[in-house]
Amino acid sequence: MARTATAPGAPKTLAGRAALEVDDRLIVAGPLRRTLNKVFPDHWSFLLGEIALYSFIILLLTGTYLTFFFQASMTEVVYDGSYAPLRGVEMSIAYASTLDISFDVRGGLLIRQIHHWAALLFMASIVCHMLRIFFTGAFRRPRETNWLIGVALLILGIFEGFAGYSMPDDLLSGTGLRIMSAIILSIPVIGTWAHWAVFGGDYVGDLIVGRLYIAHVLIIPAIILGLIAVHLLILVKQKHTQFPGPGRTEHNVVGNRLFPTFAGKATGLLLVVFGVCAGLGGLVQINPLWLWGPYNPAQVSSASQPDWYVMFLDGSTRLFPAWDIYLPGNYNIPALFWPTVVLPGIIFTLLLAYPMLERKLTGDTASHHLLQRPRDVPVRTSLGLMAITFYVVLLLSGANDVIADKFDISLNAMTWIGRIGLIILPPIAYVLTYRICLGLQQHDREVLEHGIETGVIRRLPHGEFIEVHQPLGPVDEHGHGQLAYGGAPVPKKMNQVGGARRAIRGFFSPIEEPRAVELEQRGEERGLAPADPHRELTSSGRPSEGGRPSEGGRPSEGGRPQEPRD
Amino acid sequence: MTASNTRPGTTGGADVPGPLHGGPDDDYTPEQLAALPREELDRLGARYDGVEILHVEPGPEPGSALEKRAVRQVGTMFALAGLSAFAFVVVYAGAGWFLPNWEWQLGSSTWSVLYTPLLGLTMALAFTFFGVGLVLYTKKLLPHETAVQDKHDGSHFDRVTTGATLVGGLHNSGLKRRKLITRSLAFMGGGLGLMLLAPLGGLIKNPNRGNPLGTTSWAEGVRLVRDDGTPVRPGDQEPGSLETVFPAVPGGNRQTDAATMLIRLRPSQQADASFRAGQEDFGYGDYVAYSKICTHAGCPVSLYEQETSRILCPCHQSQFDVTQGAKPVFGPATRSLPQLPIAVDDEGFFVARSDYIEAVGPTYWNRERI
Ligand code: HEM
Ligand code: FES
Repeated sequence: MARTATAPGAPKTLAGRAALEVDDRLIVAGPLRRTLNKVFPDHWSFLLGEIALYSFIILLLTGTYLTFFFQASMTEVVYDGSYAPLRGVEMSIAYASTLDISFDVRGGLLIRQIHHWAALLFMASIVCHMLRIFFTGAFRRPRETNWLIGVALLILGIFEGFAGYSMPDDLLSGTGLRIMSAIILSIPVIGTWAHWAVFGGDYVGDLIVGRLYIAHVLIIPAIILGLIAVHLLILVKQKHTQFPGPGRTEHNVVGNRLFPTFAGKATGLLLVVFGVCAGLGGLVQINPLWLWGPYNPAQVSSASQPDWYVMFLDGSTRLFPAWDIYLPGNYNIPALFWPTVVLPGIIFTLLLAYPMLERKLTGDTASHHLLQRPRDVPVRTSLGLMAITFYVVLLLSGANDVIADKFDISLNAMTWIGRIGLIILPPIAYVLTYRICLGLQQHDREVLEHGIETGVIRRLPHGEFIEVHQPLGPVDEHGHGQLAYGGAPVPKKMNQVGGARRAIRGFFSPIEEPRAVELEQRGEERGLAPADPHRELTSSGRPSEGGRPSEGGRPSEGGRPQEPRD
Repeated sequence: MTASNTRPGTTGGADVPGPLHGGPDDDYTPEQLAALPREELDRLGARYDGVEILHVEPGPEPGSALEKRAVRQVGTMFALAGLSAFAFVVVYAGAGWFLPNWEWQLGSSTWSVLYTPLLGLTMALAFTFFGVGLVLYTKKLLPHETAVQDKHDGSHFDRVTTGATLVGGLHNSGLKRRKLITRSLAFMGGGLGLMLLAPLGGLIKNPNRGNPLGTTSWAEGVRLVRDDGTPVRPGDQEPGSLETVFPAVPGGNRQTDAATMLIRLRPSQQADASFRAGQEDFGYGDYVAYSKICTHAGCPVSLYEQETSRILCPCHQSQFDVTQGAKPVFGPATRSLPQLPIAVDDEGFFVARSDYIEAVGPTYWNRERI
């Protein structure tokens, strides 16, 4: 062994030497350093995509476990497992093996329920993630590809979820499958052929559970996994968007490096997501399919709702009027076709095309890395709320029998409320949102011009009362602020600009001296007059989140960055 | 450089490296790097990655009350996470050993009912305490740094040089000129593509053969039997009641299109009952039989509201009026429930007079034609 240990920079510790051995072979030091140094913006809304990712990991882990026990066969057997009420009942092997997972596999019920809860969380977090992307304009050039991938993930998620809850072959899932069969049949021209291709014949046959299974455990997850990989690779390449703020430009990202801060928080979030799913899976019963019984085409459980992410389609199906279209030659287009195939087709096409549509309509083809506040883009924000309203009406209509029952409204009234609401509520949402956006914009400008309302009323010599306003920055000779709006939140309360002392730390008893805190803060708020109660604040407006100064060290000011914190 | 070379004829990686394109290794000698403190090295590397550390707010003063408190908090979290995880293992493995059995028993001890919730709770606590501890750790004990990373648009140099390589390769291949090759390639591509798709043809079957959508097992003389196989005779049912019946064929009660509702009308209902044209005699006395498969999307319609004579489908709330030939009176369904013509056989049991005269269940493209 050459005595190279004395060469400058040669590793002296065991770990260092091991690292050198690894890097000699794999040459990873460079890429690893680049990864560790990657800067992530620090805003809660960026965590939504991560929650989706983590719940997908849970789905992979728990799902793999379930495959050890689930048997995707429609062969009829007589059940003789632990669940006494169903003993002796004829059922498919698929249903029997799901009962076994629930009652005869130690801890199986926990894993099954975690899997289902994680699926609900996965879909919910994708939708929330998508809303944040939409309302902040993060989908604009150059990120259209990731938007497209995102919508594809959403659609795949719906199919994956549907396939998942249709496999156990219980009464509820059988009902869903029955409707799916009718939807496929309703497609003009090719409907019956498509049905025969999917089910291998007339409904229900004995193939469909096996086919759903392979789609659910292999085909769709593989595509989702691949798309997530591309989604994240593109994200790493393009780097994150960020909200505007001091020092943040179109050409940088301000935040924490991956290691250790971001990694610590992200892992923390991952564990909390795991914890929440485990808690739900153990404590909150979901899909107790032993209560539904095996699938039987002559039976149905009332209030049979699909999982929430399919419910909007159930709603549209309930609301759509009974309009079969008869064509010459005795052909017809079933009413079912419109709310279940055409409507989602339109919804998802619009969703996919939105970035391109907006680019066309606004003529804005530039690259954007700074996010927009929803109020600053009133048209998009209002369109978004319009879409959400439309969706929520559909969603609620998917449960209109339950609502009718709980609130003692007639079912027919609920249907009509849904039909009318679907048409008139979205435009109302548009107009209201538009007004609110403009109002918020105006208020921002007012505060920038006249300052923050301090709540201090002063009586002028001639008797007039005025409220003292705290300017956010330098003022001109008329006392009007000269700060321009920069797309970042404008502080609107005095304690957002340091007008109040921060709370003393300590839970049951204070752990710091109030005096020390005051001194500390005075040091921080360099440039402020010493603490006299009538001081006028003259520092420039500090963007603020939740009343606390944001991170983002204000390099633009050239001075020492102030109290970066999150 | 840490390896010794014992094999003649190889250079063991110790020969002179080729010309490099320059880089940090040229900018800094090992001696220079060795002289730098760790913090400097960290920032130096970051700078090479386009990252500037703007500001670091050091974590709490070592030994301060603040630090002690934070350490205590984080440590407690981790310890609680460990405790919960061990509790999970104890519950999981202990059940049926030193703890009562976990297996579910009807109306039995609370333990089997508690088993899954306990597992979920302990697992949730383990993960959550761990996660919260980690977040507290980063928030309260790590230095808070604010970093800025440059964002680069695509490099012009990269685009031009990559383009040259690609175009060069294409040019050298001569594909532009050698038309025979491009054309035969296109031909082959089409053929191979079709070949690879062809096996999917195994999925395709003709739905029109034998008219499976338009027929059921009902036929002339087939008895109406209950789920348990017992036949039904007039008078078995109260007026105003409904019973689900199936064709008396093997497996008839599990067929997806055969389920039928046998309804005995009340006298008042019968008085103002109307039927679809040509189907006035499909009933038998005060009995009528309608398909149970909803004409909307195929759910079994099942809620019979006597007072209003309506049958409600629970799936999308279509309502059918039994006194009007099961016509849809509300909701998304467009067609009446098909009516089964019934009679009574020599032994006095209900039988079908024929199959349904139209397709039961949801509408489809060529339904009217078969
Ligand atoms: C399986 C589902 C998904 C996973 C696992 C996922 C994961 C992520 C993660 C971790 C990020 C970075 C964090 C963040 O910006 O929030 C991200 C960014 C992004 N996602 Fe998703 N996402 C999913 C679905 C979607 C959907 C449904 C859309 C939109 C339709 C979408 C569009 C985007 C875009 C445009 C970015 C880049 C924006 C930025 O950096 O600010 N993703 N995704
Ligand atoms: S299936 Fe009966 S109303 Fe839709």
